Amino acid sequence: MFMLEKAMAGSRRYWLWIFCLLAVIGTGLVCYLRQLDHGLGITGLSRDVTWGLYIAQFTFLVGVAASAVMVVLPYYLHNAKAFAKVTILGEFLAVSAVTMCMLFIFVDMGQPARVLNVLLYPTPHSIMFWDMVSLGGYLVLNAVIALVTLRAEREEVPPPGWIKPVILISIPWAVSIHTVTAFLYNGLPGRSLWLTAILAPRFLASAFASGPALLILLCLLLAKVTRSPLFREPVQKLGVIVTYAMSISVFFVLLELFTAFYSQIPEHTESLRYMFAGLDGHTRLVPWMWTSNALALGALALLLVPRYRHNDSLLAIASGMVFFSLWIDKGIGLIVAAFVPSPLGAITEYSPSLAEALISLGVWAFGLLILTVLSKIVLAVRARSLMEAVK
Amino acid sequence: MNLTRQAFLRLTGIAFLTGAARKLVAAVTGPRWAMAVDAAKCATQPNCTRCIAACHQAHNVPAIPDPRHEIHWIAKEPFARTFAAEEDQYSPVRALPAMVLCNHCENPPCVRVCPVQATFKREDGIVAMDWHRCIGCRYCMAACPYGARSFNWEDPRPYIHNPNPEFPTRTKGVVEKCTFCAERIGTGRPPACVEACPQKALVFGNLADPQSPLRALLASRRHVRRKPELGTQPNVFYFL
Repeated sequence: MFMLEKAMAGSRRYWLWIFCLLAVIGTGLVCYLRQLDHGLGITGLSRDVTWGLYIAQFTFLVGVAASAVMVVLPYYLHNAKAFAKVTILGEFLAVSAVTMCMLFIFVDMGQPARVLNVLLYPTPHSIMFWDMVSLGGYLVLNAVIALVTLRAEREEVPPPGWIKPVILISIPWAVSIHTVTAFLYNGLPGRSLWLTAILAPRFLASAFASGPALLILLCLLLAKVTRSPLFREPVQKLGVIVTYAMSISVFFVLLELFTAFYSQIPEHTESLRYMFAGLDGHTRLVPWMWTSNALALGALALLLVPRYRHNDSLLAIASGMVFFSLWIDKGIGLIVAAFVPSPLGAITEYSPSLAEALISLGVWAFGLLILTVLSKIVLAVRARSLMEAVK
Repeated sequence: MNLTRQAFLRLTGIAFLTGAARKLVAAVTGPRWAMAVDAAKCATQPNCTRCIAACHQAHNVPAIPDPRHEIHWIAKEPFARTFAAEEDQYSPVRALPAMVLCNHCENPPCVRVCPVQATFKREDGIVAMDWHRCIGCRYCMAACPYGARSFNWEDPRPYIHNPNPEFPTRTKGVVEKCTFCAERIGTGRPPACVEACPQKALVFGNLADPQSPLRALLASRRHVRRKPELGTQPNVFYFL
């Protein structure tokens, strides 16, 4: 079933890693049980800042999920052979990221037992309904595509014909999940930081930088673990994609800054001022945002110079910088800052509580566990076919 | 039972039409509830919070000391904050009190975004809530441009010191807000805050009735609404 048996055999290091992940998941679960018992009051959220780490992680991870399209599209539409070996990894990365997205939404619910009300009372005028539809669909699409193509690879037969249209559907579907996620925010009156038509393109640009950056790190890691040179070419191609997407992402942020600060409309500048300079002495986000900026500029410097980008170690460093920079931007700043100041002009600062951070880490560990198991299956299938080729 | 298919279809059709017609008639002839706040009258009693006390007592609103977890249905805020964009630093009304509560918008963003229709617009204009359906996603709180909504970050019951058995308490994990006292106006009584105000600074009435005192006041006195530029069409009016 799903070739799971291939994930059950591994080295000591593999099992150690699995047990570490299980320990983090367990800690998160214990904290979640406390949250379930006491309520969301154990988080750092408040009446003024009602969404925080959970929803921000969700937003960031939708981007990671959507970015699978950056390997699927060149491979299937442009026949970019370099991506033959990484499309399945990209799709499995999407499966793991969407699973984390759903868990982050779930842990953010005040009444998780009632979450199926969303299906019981389907409400098309709520964007959250469409987000559920698009995320659920995307999870199924990627899981089916990756498993079917991997099975074909194992049997050394071409994938069945019916999978091609499914793959083609998954391409616009990837764009739709992040567009709909942007619509969650940018259709709200009175949250000026989000009320910008460029939010969806901005989300997509940052997603197409952070997701492939993570995929580069994953490929380099797998290449190191399995001592195989298989991933050199796709990694360099992904580097080019990250370079373009990161440049566009930074450009979009600059557009936002120009519009807000040249027009000088207070509502449009306040949240941005809170992020980058602080408001009335409240500066909790400022060091984070400048770290993000510094990482973004540093990463661009490494990526834009071909000599640096072609060096695998420097590319890995740049990818890590891109990922962390965009994680701060989307995984903290963009969600929290929209609530500051409040509709009545109050400034309430937010920082996650320990329990909230541990629950979030637990969800990340769960996603990593899925990714580890799925990558293991891919490697096991390929190791066998490689061995047969040698014979 | 002997029912032909034709008769069944006819009956179903008639039932649907009757339902739709009743809704239409109710929407056209029914009341449209709204409120006006007379800031000058309110200002004559600077330390009065009787409307807040009456509302929170009537609706079992908990008195949570932690300001981050505070719940309130109605609050007192100066014009300088409620109308920050309109009132410049020289304005004589900056310090005037403006009671803030749910605006029961004609076009409410909270209703638009709720994924389970736990908050909905009634035919009489009241933006109501079903606390048994709310999943606690707090999307409505992000959507409300007035900060009218509160969330139960923990079990509210230990903080309800003198519970009113006539009204339900809420559980942890749901959003709540002013309901324009739907339970009182259903029996012909004015909202609790209106009844409690010693200065008669709060006026509740029916916008659909041209003869109503509220309509007379709105026709004769200059008034403002909060953030009308957002297109939400608030149903709470402020006299200066």
